[in-house]
Amino acid sequence: MIDRVEMTEAQKKARRSRSAAIGIALAILVVLFYVVTIVKVGPGILNRPL
Amino acid sequence: MAMTAEHDMGAAPTEALFSEGNASDYFALLKPRVMSLVVFTAFVGLLLAPGSIHPVLGFISILCIAVGGGASGALNMWYDADIDAVMTRTANRPVPAGRIDASSAFGFGLFLAIFSSVMLGLMVNWAAGALLAFTIFFYAVVYTIWLKRSTPQNIVIGGAAGAFPPMIGWACVTGTVSVESIILFLIIFLWTPAHFWALALFKSGDYGKAGIPMLPNVSGESVTKTNIVVYAVLTAIAAVLPTVAGFASLGYGAVAAALGLAFIWYAVQVRRMPEGDVAMIAAKKMFRYSLVYLFVIFTALLADNLLARLFAWVA
Repeated sequence: MIDRVEMTEAQKKARRSRSAAIGIALAILVVLFYVVTIVKVGPGILNRPL
Repeated sequence: MAMTAEHDMGAAPTEALFSEGNASDYFALLKPRVMSLVVFTAFVGLLLAPGSIHPVLGFISILCIAVGGGASGALNMWYDADIDAVMTRTANRPVPAGRIDASSAFGFGLFLAIFSSVMLGLMVNWAAGALLAFTIFFYAVVYTIWLKRSTPQNIVIGGAAGAFPPMIGWACVTGTVSVESIILFLIIFLWTPAHFWALALFKSGDYGKAGIPMLPNVSGESVTKTNIVVYAVLTAIAAVLPTVAGFASLGYGAVAAALGLAFIWYAVQVRRMPEGDVAMIAAKKMFRYSLVYLFVIFTALLADNLLARLFAWVA
């Protein structure tokens, strides 16, 4: 049997806080990459040969 | 081979495995107060530069410079955790306080350093990206790892790292380095020693305890005070150069001259402090004024430029 290492409440809370921050940062990056693509390439990015 | 599915993790293993550092501790690694000055001066450099930049790219430029500045802070806190622990001003930082382990701070700082420089290069231009990467390298390696513990002139050369942001902001728009951006660099570069040595005077006990060769500990109070006056004079001269070089008005020049004279006056008051003064009131006043001084100088440059644009637009 494997002894599981249990996180303390403080550690769980800290991990939740870090995960939320990473989630928010990733969401901001998605928006930034989208907007920068439009700004730099323009709507013409949609008119490409398939 | 049969696995004995039993692992003796020893006593209290969770502290070593799982961090109690939350998001705000990681944010503190970025030295947000220093970052605010970096953001402000970079913004002024970006706005003063001739030409234009798309507002979204301007925002991203400032964001990348801010994150790059933060990365420098995290790398600094990783390397300096041992000396931060013995100084009252820095003992509660996340690494010496044990909330974040040193390797996490290093990984966090290195990732943000590479990410912010590459993003600035890809999204804005590579001159700005390269300047940002060089600035982070200069602060983390040249200042933090090399100079800080080896020479009392540490802050003179290391101060260059804090002086680069307006130059990067300028490069974001123009894609190059020019005389004007070098003048903006000079203002902060020459201001830094006077600002930091005023702090080092009344915190010399802390720096001595940590074994950092700051000027007051190595050369004594008298030499430090003289140097503060010299750098205050040089800063005051550098701050009027934008008018001399023609990218700020006479009005700005007058404001900068008045603020510079006050800066020199505060430095002279520090010079007049008796040797061995414990209260160091003049040094504390000089330190506080130096912060206001730099902020107002860059605000005046910004206001001057915006007014010039407004008049040009109306005419």
